[in-house]
Parts: sequence; structure tokens; C-alpha cells
Amino acid sequence: MQTLDLVDALDGVEFGHGVHLDAQLAGDGDRVALVLPGAERARENSAFVAALAADHSVVLPSHPGFGRSPRPGWCSSVADLADIYLDWLERAGLTGVTLVGLQFGGWVALEIAVRKPARISRLVLVDSVGVKVGGPLDRDIVDIFATPRAELERRLYADPAFRLGDLALAAEDDVLELARNEEALATYGWEPYLHDPRLAHAIGRIAVPTTVVWGGRDGIVTPEYGRAIAARIPGARFERIEQAGHRAQVERPDEVAKVISALAA
Amino acid sequence: MQYWHFSECAYPDLPDPRTYDSIRVSLPNGVLDTGRAAALWDRYLREWQVADEYGLNVMVNEHHATATCMTSAAPVIAGVLARATRNARILLLGNPLANRADPVRVAEEMALVDLLSHGRLDVGFVRGVQYEVAATNSRPVRMTERLWEAVELITRAWSTHDGPFNWEGEFFHHRQVNIWPRPHQQPTPPVWVTAGSPGSTVPIADHGYRLATFLAGFEGTRKIFQAYRDRCAETGKPAPEDDRFGYAALTYTGKTDAEGMAGARKLLWYLQSNKVAKEFTFPPGYLPYQVRAAALRGPQAATPGAPATSPLPDLTAMSVEDLIEQGIVFAGSPQTVAGQIERFHRHVGGVGHLLLMGQAGHLGHQEAVDGIKRFAEDVTPLLDRVTDRVPR
Repeated sequence: MQTLDLVDALDGVEFGHGVHLDAQLAGDGDRVALVLPGAERARENSAFVAALAADHSVVLPSHPGFGRSPRPGWCSSVADLADIYLDWLERAGLTGVTLVGLQFGGWVALEIAVRKPARISRLVLVDSVGVKVGGPLDRDIVDIFATPRAELERRLYADPAFRLGDLALAAEDDVLELARNEEALATYGWEPYLHDPRLAHAIGRIAVPTTVVWGGRDGIVTPEYGRAIAARIPGARFERIEQAGHRAQVERPDEVAKVISALAA
Repeated sequence: MQYWHFSECAYPDLPDPRTYDSIRVSLPNGVLDTGRAAALWDRYLREWQVADEYGLNVMVNEHHATATCMTSAAPVIAGVLARATRNARILLLGNPLANRADPVRVAEEMALVDLLSHGRLDVGFVRGVQYEVAATNSRPVRMTERLWEAVELITRAWSTHDGPFNWEGEFFHHRQVNIWPRPHQQPTPPVWVTAGSPGSTVPIADHGYRLATFLAGFEGTRKIFQAYRDRCAETGKPAPEDDRFGYAALTYTGKTDAEGMAGARKLLWYLQSNKVAKEFTFPPGYLPYQVRAAALRGPQAATPGAPATSPLPDLTAMSVEDLIEQGIVFAGSPQTVAGQIERFHRHVGGVGHLLLMGQAGHLGHQEAVDGIKRFAEDVTPLLDRVTDRVPR
């Protein structure tokens, strides 16, 4: 049975704790952007990486367990992921880094930001999960594991052109990556569901300038949820990108990149 | 051989399946009429009592958020059977341990039922079927590891009698484990664990637990039992007796072959009603991702699917005759049924326990009772002549 060809110590990028990951590296600008992805397939972020690379050195890893990145057994929480990227920042000796968290990666970025690392100078969240803003009966984040595939895709992408559609007709590698990413998402975020109860309070500690970017047609976490996160982070700005679903950087790569580039201009 | 009457205690009075996406997880429970459900429970319990009166054992299982099985808490029903039966052994197969938050509570429940029944309990442990990941909010990754950590904790809780012990494992934490009361049977009640593939028999054989397979048919069962036997041989253990092996099949015995087949056709509701939405059938992590990917590329619509425990993917489309040929169904006259079971027994290298699903779907109370009695009176004497006797 076909499986994905995972990276190893030879062809992966070492991030920390001996963890080697598949990563997209692009651009040679002085400004560095560490981009933490969600559960989209790695290739879906290519246009966004290219757009951001116009004025940034971009590093976008696949998290352990996602895409072609192996997951060591000990790495099973968002806090573990945060440790790995903090180690990488330390090893790389970088300062003034822009931390960009996309969807699930937004949760990881929040977990990093609440630790106030000196090497991060700004935070950008795009359709992030990770925070519980409502009460017990409020489904803040759509239960993607209980949603029929066609409906899930409508909620992820505003534009049907980005949807995989009938998986029977999709490329085998795409479905393998989708399945592996969903398993990783279940590993890190099954319960509590795609959030850490601590963060609702802890994100009030975030001290770097923060921009919260949201797809106006996000069907997984609504723009109102995004505004609620922004309201909890001191001084955070909220930017809505109208014609985008949950994966705004996939559907509107140039617009999202432009918001980020404008921050330090 | 020992025989165990089993029913999932369905609520079969459902709307047209075209009106709902999934009989499991999402079918609103407003569909259920509470008076009808209570009446069904009266008859299902009575059928277990009949089995007991006719010298058979009884078996219960549990499922969650599904009309296919109203036993949502098997320990409760096992507790009822502890008092409503007199001689039968009571097999609970099984406690879905990967879905249970607190194994010590499971140890307590089983110890209590064992006492209530004066030591007639057999305790089964299962991982839990994939549809119940959603119904129980159970993390679908690493469920097998959770199952086995829970088994270790439960069996230790049953057999430790010198005060509290500490358990700080990977999944479960208890600092003062000292269950009261302890089980009647010491050191533990007999333990059963199910396997759906040869690979999962290794820890079962290593512990010397009883192995059961559900609807695996002639070939699947033979391979699974053989893997257990091979593991015993590899590890220098004596060859396991037949009483280590159990097999569950749909079974109906009539006066004649025609009557037996007619009863068996009604049992097929169990296979054919299992319409489950794809998102509940293939939660991420329950299967290796590449296996799940292949399944996701299959047909999208919710269709009746084979019960999760069977390796045969097309059970729902098969006729009774085909299912008999595969060893999934035993049905016909007493002579015929005995012949089918004898053939199965020989083919799999010996099986000591038959778990007989003798009621399902719309099979009526009298029909179920007739099938149980006829099996007990007319089939078991024939089988006792050709299979080794397994002590109760």
C-alpha cells in the first residue's frame, strides 16, 4: 500500500530536539518570517510562500506528523511543537522574527507568543484556532471530524476551485497527505478540541504587535471568533479578507502576504 | 464446547433509512418510543433467561449512540443478568476500554457483577469500534495502547489485596488503587480479548487470555486462531486448549432447514441496517493513515457497512446461503446447524466457545425463544459428541 515518503536526518531541516522536518525555504530578505501551517497540504501554501518571499526570508516547516515530516513518539502536544520552534529560533540566532500562524499553526504560534520569546518581534494569526471564547454549548470551532467531506470543503474554501472534490478522482498523494494531516490534527487537538483552555486568559500576556487576519467566509471559525481572539490580545488589529474561507492564505496568498509585508514597512 | 446466547438488543422500529444519514452517532433519539424500548428490554432479558433455563450461557456487549444496540452500558445489563439468571456464565464482551476514561471504575463494575452473580462473570475487553470515537469523544489515535494499559491496571486492581497501589502510566493516573469489593473469582474472572487480525493476537496469547473473533468466517478465523497458537509455540507455552478460543456468528435453528433459513434471514438486519456516515466510519487515527486514505477514496455516500469487526467487506450484499458458506451464519435444522459448526470447528483447528447471535432486528420474541431452545435441546447433544467438552 502506498505511503508518503517522509524526510529523514539527511534531507530534512533540523529544527530542535533532534527533530528533522520537511520545510519550504524561500526568499533572501533581511526580515525573517517563520510560518507555521495548518492542516492544508504543503503545496497549497506555495503561492503564499512565494508572495511573502518577495521581502522576507521565509521558513515554513510541516509540523511533526503532517505532510512528509516524521513525528517522534514524545511529540504529541502543541506545547511540544512550540518547544521545537523555540529551539530553532535559538539555534538560528535570529531576532526580529515575524511569527505567522496559519489555522492550526495559529494555535502553535499563540503557544509560542505567550512565552514572550525575545526573538519574536511581531505575530500574525490567520484564521487561527486554539482559544475557547464561548461557553460549553458554543461550538466555537466546527467539528471537522464529524462533518461530511463535501460540507467540510465548502467550509474550508470559499472558491470551489480550491476544493479537492470527489476524493476518488483526486491524486493519491493528495489524499494520503490529507489523511496524514487529519491524523496529526487528531493527535494534537482531539480533546480539548483544537484549543487549550489556558490560552483564553494567557494570550492577554502577548506583548508583541499582533495582527489577526481572517477569511470573511471562513466556515470553520467565524470572523466573530477571530475578533474575539483579537480582543483578548493587547493592541491586536483585525483584518478581514472578504473572498476567502478558512485557509485564507491559500485562496488569497497575495492579499495575506501584503498585510504582513506592510507591518514592518 | 460452551454456547453463549447473544443479542445486541436493537431498537429496530426505525424510519426509512433514506431519511437519515447514519444509524449511529447522529440519528436523533427522539425517534425512540420509550414505552416500546422498555417492552423490548423485557423480552430481551426474558430471552437470556430462556437460554439460562436451557443450559446455555449468556453474553452481552455494548455500543453507543446507535439504534442497533440499546445496551449502552453493558455492566448494568450484566448486573441484571447476575440476578435474573441462575446457572449461566455471563460474558461481557466487551468493555470498550479505549473509550472508558477510568479503568479503575471498570474494575469496580466487573468485581461487583462478579459478586452479584456469585462468580459467574467472564470479562471481555475490546478497543471499541470506530463509530464510537465520535459518540464517546474518544481520541482515535493510539487506542490499542490505551486498551492494554487499561487491561494491566484493571487486572492488577482485581488481584491486589494488600492495600493501595500507585499507577502513573502514560494514559491513566491513580495514586490509591484499592477496589472494594474485590471480585468473587480469584485472582481474576476469566479474561477475553477480541482480535480482528492475526497481528493483534500477540498480547492476548502472551497473557494467556481467551481470544474471540466476530464474524471472521472460516478463513479469517483460522488465520487469527493460528496466529495465537503460533505465538504460544514461539514463546514456549503449551499448545492452547480449545477453551481459549471463541467465535461469534449469527445462528438460527429451525425444525427444518427452511425454518432455520427463514429465521436467519431475519437476523441479517444486523448486517443490513448498519448505515453509517463516512466521517463516523473512518475517524483519523483509528486505521493507519494510508488505509484510511484508501477508504476515503472509496464511495462517498453512506451505505450499510459490514460490522467493524469482520474482515469481510461485502457482508451486507451476501445471501444467507453465501454467508453460511463463509461461516458467518449457522442456520437450518438441528442436524444441519450441528454439521456447519462441526465443519467450522475442524477448519479453525478447534474452537471452545460459540457466541451465538440468536436475535437481531425484527426476529420476534417467540421466534428467538424457539431458536434458542432448539439449539440447546437438539444441536448441543450432537456437537458434544464431536467436539471436546469445555468446562463451564
